[in-house]
Amino acid sequence: MEEIINISHLVKRFDKLVAVNDISFSVKKGEIFAFLGPNGAGKSTTIKILTTLLRPTSGSAILNGSDLSSNALGVRNSFGIVFQDPSLDDELTAYENMEFHGVLYRVPKEVRRARIEELMKFVELWDRKDTLIKFFSGGMKRRLEIARGLLHHPKILFLDEPTVGLDPQTRNHIWSYIQDLNKKEGITIFFTTHYMDEAERVAHRVAIVDHGTIIEEGSPEELKRKTNAASLEDAFLSLTGHEIRSEEATAADYMRMHRRAWRGR
Amino acid sequence: MDTVYILWLRQIKRYFRSRARIVGSIGQPLLFLVALGFGLGPVYQRAGGGSYIEFLAPGIVAMAILFTAVFSGIEIIWDRQFGFLKETLVAPVSRIQIMLGRTLGGATVAMFQGIIIFILSMFVGFRPVSFVLLPLALVFMFLIAVLFTALGTAIASRLEDMQGFQLIMNFLVMPLFFLSGALFPLEGLPSAIATIVKIDPLAYGVDGLRHVLTGVANFGLFADFSILLVITALLLLIGSYLFSKIQI
Repeated sequence: MEEIINISHLVKRFDKLVAVNDISFSVKKGEIFAFLGPNGAGKSTTIKILTTLLRPTSGSAILNGSDLSSNALGVRNSFGIVFQDPSLDDELTAYENMEFHGVLYRVPKEVRRARIEELMKFVELWDRKDTLIKFFSGGMKRRLEIARGLLHHPKILFLDEPTVGLDPQTRNHIWSYIQDLNKKEGITIFFTTHYMDEAERVAHRVAIVDHGTIIEEGSPEELKRKTNAASLEDAFLSLTGHEIRSEEATAADYMRMHRRAWRGR
Repeated sequence: MDTVYILWLRQIKRYFRSRARIVGSIGQPLLFLVALGFGLGPVYQRAGGGSYIEFLAPGIVAMAILFTAVFSGIEIIWDRQFGFLKETLVAPVSRIQIMLGRTLGGATVAMFQGIIIFILSMFVGFRPVSFVLLPLALVFMFLIAVLFTALGTAIASRLEDMQGFQLIMNFLVMPLFFLSGALFPLEGLPSAIATIVKIDPLAYGVDGLRHVLTGVANFGLFADFSILLVITALLLLIGSYLFSKIQI
């Protein structure tokens, strides 16, 4: 099978911290690929680089035939993404957020209108379409973010912890939709998650990353066999150890905290 | 084109939805207009300057535009903090289009704010010399608005969070306003101040507006217009460049 993502010797350094340390791997067209690792392992940084939000310190990546360093616009034409942290406009309604996305991605008007309705019904937010996002709960925002990410049917779909904070029913519901898209339209799925059962169930192939490098790669079955584990979660733990990792709070976290404090007056 | 439009539309919608912001950003210029206009009016008259409100109003219109425009540009920091900037930056559209849509949106809002102040100034006694020249006044308002939105965008592209905001207000926006000749005539100033005024882009905006609205000018209409146009183009270029370098 043809490779749609090809990464070689990718490095990202922030001052002294090496977030991504010489990562090389590839993802095949039509594959559901899970990129797993503990907090702070370098998953999100890698996704930020692949989605043109960050420039790598060195190394290269080719997505759907476009080189990241020379043709960022070509890369952006190839993917869609559901971010790990919020990226909706609070002052717009749910529908307006969807519409904005559809226009930016040049989804033709007819298709756009039909698909927005279909997706918003799918995540059960259609009856709230004219509500401003600032009145949405965390779970509702999450569902809308996912619906928005699915709007333009890209070649590659990045999902950075898409189902965090959702109940098992919703997770299941959403994954079956994504698997369906993958099968019907051949969309390549690249996702991260902390729910190992989820990865075990849907991923064709898994890469486990820790301290900025890939430590193991293969199908969930292969990983379990290699580590003699009963489940992917056990395999994951035996590969990455039991020590608990911490992530530093970002400026955005502080700002959110302040905003909450002010709202709560 | 659709991209520029939808980004423009977003700014407009956000503006009309936050009434607190509209009222808040009208309050300050209105206070200046009323307090200074009536407070210094008699002194100005005695000094032979004529009606101070007449002199002041165009300057206050420019002030309203300046503040709203810089603020609209700086809003990028919010978008960055609350995540929405990512959504626009990963989209398959050029950075230039994003910058242009945002800037035009911010500028429209700022211009709208200026128009409100203009209308309110008529209630406290301001009368433009000629209504025929009003479209020309709108052109100047638009140039001021685009110029300072682009400036705000350029600055915000280099900032991570709102920590630097006070710094920008106190060391950039306030001096730009106070040294633009919005509040006092430019004749007979000490040469140091006169020089600073000459490098303040807002001075040309204020002068152009005052010329069109009251018939009194310092630099001349053509000089005002061309200098504003050149600086606006320059800031748009710099802003686009800095914006295209944003990393999240």
